[in-house]
Amino acid sequence: MGKYIIRRLIDLLPTIAVVAVIVFIITRLIPGDPAAVMLGPQASVEEVEALRESLGLNAPLYVQFLNYIGDLLRGDFGVSLTYNEPIIQLIMDRFPNTLILAISALIIAFMVGVPAGIISASKQNSLLDYSVMLVSLIGVSMPIFWLGVMLVLYFSVNLGWFPATGMGSMDEGLITYLKHLVLPSITLATIPMATFARITRSSMLEVISQDYIKTARSKGLGEFWVICKHAFKNALTPLLTVLGMQISSLLGGAVLTETIFSWPGMGRLIVDAIDKRDFVVVQGTVLFIAVIFVLVNLFVDIMYKVVNPRVNFTSKGGTK
Amino acid sequence: MAAVETSITPANPQNNKVKKEAGLFKKLIRNRLAAIGLSITFIMVVIAIFAPWIATHPPNEMDVANSLAVPGSEGHLLGTDNYGRDLFSRLVYGARISLIVGVSAVVFGAFFGTLLGLVSGYFGGRLDSIIMRTMDGLFAFPFILLAITLMTVLGQGLLNVIIAIGVANIPGFARIVRGQVLSVKEEEFIEVTKSLGATNGRIIFQHVLPNCTAPLIVYGTMSVAGAIISEAALSFLGLGVQPPTASWGSILKDGKDFLVLSPHMATFSGFAILLTVLGINLFGDGLRDALDPKMKV
Repeated sequence: MGKYIIRRLIDLLPTIAVVAVIVFIITRLIPGDPAAVMLGPQASVEEVEALRESLGLNAPLYVQFLNYIGDLLRGDFGVSLTYNEPIIQLIMDRFPNTLILAISALIIAFMVGVPAGIISASKQNSLLDYSVMLVSLIGVSMPIFWLGVMLVLYFSVNLGWFPATGMGSMDEGLITYLKHLVLPSITLATIPMATFARITRSSMLEVISQDYIKTARSKGLGEFWVICKHAFKNALTPLLTVLGMQISSLLGGAVLTETIFSWPGMGRLIVDAIDKRDFVVVQGTVLFIAVIFVLVNLFVDIMYKVVNPRVNFTSKGGTK
Repeated sequence: MAAVETSITPANPQNNKVKKEAGLFKKLIRNRLAAIGLSITFIMVVIAIFAPWIATHPPNEMDVANSLAVPGSEGHLLGTDNYGRDLFSRLVYGARISLIVGVSAVVFGAFFGTLLGLVSGYFGGRLDSIIMRTMDGLFAFPFILLAITLMTVLGQGLLNVIIAIGVANIPGFARIVRGQVLSVKEEEFIEVTKSLGATNGRIIFQHVLPNCTAPLIVYGTMSVAGAIISEAALSFLGLGVQPPTASWGSILKDGKDFLVLSPHMATFSGFAILLTVLGINLFGDGLRDALDPKMKV
């Protein structure tokens, strides 16, 4: 297992390098002079020139690229002009908030989606099964930014149960803190929840038709234990496969959810930076999220191997 | 003699194709959910095409004196927005933007993704490594984040939205096609075609590509739904099509600002997105079951 993890970590380096190159290319595609775009039409020629110099834009492209890679290797993402702070500091201030939101959403998605899928599979072709599947199909089709707005309308504006925006602080008490977390977490959890329900149902249906499940039943084991102890354990592998993909949905969804609920996380930082045309922040934050996504996927792959040791990842090439 | 000739004459491929398509359509119609999905999608396409005849007002015609009118007000089935523009008409025209972006972005992504997947899978080796590493790199960005980043660089506008969402779609298609090519190129008929002296281009486009169409159609259909949501998300963030063009995402964005006073703007625009995406997903699910049941999208 140790060797496997080391090999996967080494495999990861080219992907991270490619990610860095893509971000560099995209930010260099900005039409016109990025410094002039960032400073806006009121800026003087001297101000634009000074910014060009400080961003290293006067150097040849290959020098800019080498400087950029060198800075990244030192963990230097640059300094934000609008926030007047190192970007890594901005990221570190906000990343825990996004993490809290993403983890709560994942917990809700797992706690609701997986049991729904199990119940649906064990009551196949019943009204309950059809209802769960219909709701989950609506869930995967849901524009979460709309759902967020509707939740605010109903639960904040009409009923006044939960705050509409902000994150709250632990100083105000745990209940207030959790109240701030409820609506954004449910919003962000919707798509993973629906996906988990669909995947759990289909993999459970595959597993419960196997001989060993019939054997377990014939031995007189209760249905609850057959499902939970034998079937679910083996139905877990496909669930882990989609977990990696759902992390992407969570990180992307966080941009929209944080915007709706004014949640002070990475997504909100990106949207604010776009508003302020602070491309250096956009560049650093997007790169950071992409690297986190790659690392989380590696972790999911390792978990996959732990759950199912027969899985072999020896295929060459970029994809698995 | 005539009877012998008849028996050895191969079946007309055109007839086979027609029969196959008819069979597929029957399968789709028999699947009740897919039929509902197809109907919703068809209605949305009709609304988009005939928008000028269906809309009751010009979509950008302002009537400030009549702003934020409630649904059912005189002459305004779904009410008006903050500029007094007829919401029903704007939603009808918004269907055009959603479907144009949804389909065009997927065609863009499918074209380049398929090309890259074909080349990568067929030639293999270092070229495959370079292409797939790049695709892995693009895949490392959450879809909507990549589209947002590209929009920041490209600037607002319909064409730029199509390009941004299209580029974000490329790696998905490249992976699907590459996977198909890897299995198809091991088939015996490819070996035979090679030994008969066919060029690589001919093998790729005449023999390999047609065998990739089923997963491509299924993945492409599902991707249209994703592209529609992405367009709405970009417009919701103020990065999509330029105002005053009616887009479901931008109507929702405006509606969010008037949520307490006029919740109908946000409610109807979001419902239009949900209904369309649900319709396409139902149709896509049915297509997958009919064309490629083993495929997991």
